[in-house]
Amino acid sequence: MRRTLAILAGNPLSALGVLLIALVVLSAIFADFIAPFPEHRGAVVDFVNFNKPPEWPYIFGTDLVGRDLFSRILYAYRISLILGVVVLAVAVPIGVTVGLVAGYFGGWTEAILMRITDVFLSIPPLVLAMSMMGLLEPTLTNGMLAVTAMWWPWYTRLVYNLTRAEKEEGYVLAAEVIGASKAHIIFREILPNCVPSILTKMTLDLGFVILIASSLSFLGLGVQPPTPDLGSMVAEGAKYLPDSWWLTVFPGLAILVAVFGFNLLGDALREIFGVDQ
Amino acid sequence: MTAPTLLIRDLHLGFKTYGGLVEVLHGISLHIGQGERVALVGESGSGKSVTARLVIGLLQMMRGARVSGLLQFEGRNLEKLSAAERHALRGTRMSMIFQDPTSSLNPIYTVGAQFQEVLRRAAPAIDRAAAMEKAARLLDEVLIPDPARVLASYPFQLSGGMNQRVMIAMALANEPSLLIADEPGTALDVTVQAQTLRLMRDVVERHGTSVLFISHNLGVVREFADRVYVIYKGRIVEQARTADLFENPRHPYTQALMRAIPRVTGGGLPEIEEESERFLEPLVVHEGCGEPGGMA
Amino acid sequence: MSPVLRLVLKRLGISLIVLIGVSMLIFAIARVIPGDPARIALGPNATPEQVETLRQRLHLDEPLPVQYGYFLADLARGDLGISLYTNRPVTADIAQFLPATLELILVAGAMMILIGLPLGILSARYRNTWIDGTVRVVSILGVSAPSFVWAVILMLLFAYFLPLFPIAGRIADSYSIPAVTGFLLVDTLIAGNLAAFGNALSHIVLPAFALALSGIGQAARLTRSNMVETYDRPYIEMARSYGFPERRIARRYAFKPSLIPSLTIIGLDFAAMLGNAFLVEAVFAWPGLSRYGVAVILRKDLNAIVGTVLIISALFLIVNIIVDLLIALINPRIRLSQRPA
Repeated sequence: MRRTLAILAGNPLSALGVLLIALVVLSAIFADFIAPFPEHRGAVVDFVNFNKPPEWPYIFGTDLVGRDLFSRILYAYRISLILGVVVLAVAVPIGVTVGLVAGYFGGWTEAILMRITDVFLSIPPLVLAMSMMGLLEPTLTNGMLAVTAMWWPWYTRLVYNLTRAEKEEGYVLAAEVIGASKAHIIFREILPNCVPSILTKMTLDLGFVILIASSLSFLGLGVQPPTPDLGSMVAEGAKYLPDSWWLTVFPGLAILVAVFGFNLLGDALREIFGVDQ
Repeated sequence: MTAPTLLIRDLHLGFKTYGGLVEVLHGISLHIGQGERVALVGESGSGKSVTARLVIGLLQMMRGARVSGLLQFEGRNLEKLSAAERHALRGTRMSMIFQDPTSSLNPIYTVGAQFQEVLRRAAPAIDRAAAMEKAARLLDEVLIPDPARVLASYPFQLSGGMNQRVMIAMALANEPSLLIADEPGTALDVTVQAQTLRLMRDVVERHGTSVLFISHNLGVVREFADRVYVIYKGRIVEQARTADLFENPRHPYTQALMRAIPRVTGGGLPEIEEESERFLEPLVVHEGCGEPGGMA
Repeated sequence: MSPVLRLVLKRLGISLIVLIGVSMLIFAIARVIPGDPARIALGPNATPEQVETLRQRLHLDEPLPVQYGYFLADLARGDLGISLYTNRPVTADIAQFLPATLELILVAGAMMILIGLPLGILSARYRNTWIDGTVRVVSILGVSAPSFVWAVILMLLFAYFLPLFPIAGRIADSYSIPAVTGFLLVDTLIAGNLAAFGNALSHIVLPAFALALSGIGQAARLTRSNMVETYDRPYIEMARSYGFPERRIARRYAFKPSLIPSLTIIGLDFAAMLGNAFLVEAVFAWPGLSRYGVAVILRKDLNAIVGTVLIISALFLIVNIIVDLLIALINPRIRLSQRPA
């Protein structure tokens, strides 16, 4: 643990990653206190101050109905993070369990489970989520559902490969010899050895879930207005380029900052744990 | 008297780390006469492999490595040579055999292609046909049946023992005067290892090649070497003719190593559990085994 | 039969099975959802009779497996049904919009390989220097923003701020190029119209680069880490001990073996591009499959959705087969044992 912290602090890029994530998470949690105009997260209209370039007190400018972009970005972070956490909280256990079972049992179980996984993996991620979102009602819950549906197979594949390698290790054979139950071997012997890889991937993925979710809403297939969302803010603003550049640039950079942070931290974890991509 | 093939005197090696300079070799001296087979024996971490890499010049490429002392090859001071001159020696006048033959050969090229690359070091203009002909002759010499088939194969298609013979043939292809063998064949099983070592011994004898033989395995050393240096924690602790050393090991560390032999010949790493103060006792030089120039 | 041919046939077989799986999955998603596609297609003013007729025509009144049977039978004849949005065969729609998207993806893919791999090699050869650090930061930045953000930023910088490239579209309206392949870069050359070619090229640079950025980052990062790993292999040390030239070691000994794992990821990145093209096309008003795709999705146009997803998945599987084939050509272990390792 101390070594981990030392490495994180010693590498300027990792330190930057931690800093960016802290920034994003804290602004999401304390949005109510930081945001100069908390009420602007909803359907508020202020035609006096609409479409203003960045100037005090609107440091990121205002949108077309006069809402403070900075405040909306803070609240959008909150929703993005909740979405990311929920998606991973559902997708990871499913994907990991399927991968463990397929990898450990082999045979027909493996063949069927892995072919199903292949089916999901052979639809480009965004396309699968798009089709699901289009067919369902575009709500936050459905957005989570669609992204979860495209996400679990990646964990299945990761854990499946790890399990197949671990299965041949001495400690698994030893557990089998002394007659440990299959559940014990899978969850107590093999799973703990997959944890570093899973954790690293989760850190990276938290960024990528935010990225995909914003892509969905950019196409109008995600969270619907007036809920603040970085993707739909960019989409909305893109119509008013280049004059109202702040409408797209700030939400776009907000996505970049969050995902960049998670990528830097994920990269650092990968080095610390020594796991492959 | 002609100069020895290799002369090392008071060689120090340190690495710069975050915690300052860590010294790995504390001034070792050894020499190898023409056509002589000399073993450097010690546990892993004793500094024997870094010595090999210093001689061939691989370690000097690493940033953070600090080298001092004399490294003399056929009378020329290696550290005084330019990078290009030094580079010109590698693969031609000196060559090296590594621990695991299969992973030391490039997996995506055929043995023949890699052989040609080696032969090009001495004869840059050699064409494929001539290279294959020469390679086949060399493989024949290490008793490889059907050399043409082996040349057309990839390393993963051949057995470990076969790859080991290929490595020996490659190492001797350009008639080097010094061959460095770093734990050759440790990755192979014991009988194959013994077979290829015997073969290597015969071939270097025929070519009159000097050998620096790095090993942790005294049993193997006894079979192969004329003289032995025992290295412990970056210092030479005893040097003697092979027969003398085995008859009469004098340094406490060597004695401890000898007691471990039954396990050693079983192929395992010698693990000398206890660390004794006495292992740090000064160098023991057997009669007639001193360094040239009178320096110990 | 040569091992490589056998490998290709085997991969084709597996891909076909997967593709059938994809069709089942997307078919199931499309039919299980709430809402009556027939009603949506006809609009709120349609009479119940009209809706019922359409339901029958679309076999929506039959059980799901039977519907799927009809669908497969049609598919076997190359018929993906009629789009309820354009009232044209889905295949005709896709044939019209796909080439523009494919052209964009191919150019982006070329950029990814031609920029990403050299960056990775550079980074690995000068690892732990400032060059390596810069490449690393740039490549992490590349994967850290969705392609629509890059599209917007590039457009703002290089179309508005510095007007080096056109803002939107595939080619200026003043050119009329007869469609032969559907790829404007090819068709303009066939027509012998160099001015038009230059114009089409200038149009494709920004969207393709926006699309390629994350792939460039991925490819560079992966090539670097694979090469660094390969540099630690015993055969590299052996090559050095023989004094092979360092450049030759980089190329023959470090790069080529590292290319094998990189290629797999490049295949995956192509897949990601098939999806991300939707985002970039929207920003640059690129007349490809995106606008069609989003439109049919918003209108719950079942046939068109299923058709579009199937075509995209098929493309993805084809890319993967090509990648596998390339790997087999580089890696003798696969080429000779015909077993994908």
